[in-house]
Amino acid sequence: MRITILLFARLRDLAGSPRLVRAVAEGATVDTVWQVLAAEFPAVAPYRASISAAVDADYARFTTPVADGSEVAFLPPVSGG
Amino acid sequence: MPTTLLSITADPIDMASVVRLAEAGGPAGRFGAVTSFLGTVRGENLGRHVVELEYEAYEPLAIKAFEIISGEVAQHWPTVRLAVQHRIGRVPIGETSIVIAAASPHRAEAFQACRYVIERVKQIAPIWKREVFEGGEAWVEGATADPTDAAARKAAYGRACG
Repeated sequence: MRITILLFARLRDLAGSPRLVRAVAEGATVDTVWQVLAAEFPAVAPYRASISAAVDADYARFTTPVADGSEVAFLPPVSGG
Repeated sequence: MPTTLLSITADPIDMASVVRLAEAGGPAGRFGAVTSFLGTVRGENLGRHVVELEYEAYEPLAIKAFEIISGEVAQHWPTVRLAVQHRIGRVPIGETSIVIAAASPHRAEAFQACRYVIERVKQIAPIWKREVFEGGEAWVEGATADPTDAAARKAAYGRACG
């Protein structure tokens, strides 16, 4: 399955790109996608405990399944306002 | 000019237009109070001289976050009509980064709703600011965004009504 990964703020800086397309196996979850990202960019790995995620622009859990064509966003701690 | 109650803009915010949107619902004379909150860019943070802030948002999810917050406001204060606009991009010191306007028949719920919304925006909206200061720049990282975190929601309500 091909997944689009969206990265924001410091995560984008660490990975050097706001948008990546990566392949994951059937049955993958948000966590699977994160592991693919963290393997490629080890600098993002420590963020696992503090980030949240979205799938197709809806809040999601790391256990949320992803599908072919899903857009998975990883959100560092937020600071709007 | 915002045309919807909940919006994000890359332009300077016109507070009056956001207030007008909040006031616009229902028959004339429905509201007896409109409160507003403006977040503005402070020139000092943690002892650093701030030059500007640069905001970015995951826009479709940020609008959904505003919708979630608006729904929570409707539960707590059903008479309130809410308008929110957040700015993204570079915001110089002194300028406005967010306007919240709450219109209601009476002032108590309008004040409370306004405070609640800024607390919740800071907790869950997927918006980030990078502080550009004299000598460097840094991402500001606050809360882990989780709209289902009941403790965070309760804390926001407590601050609004405290």
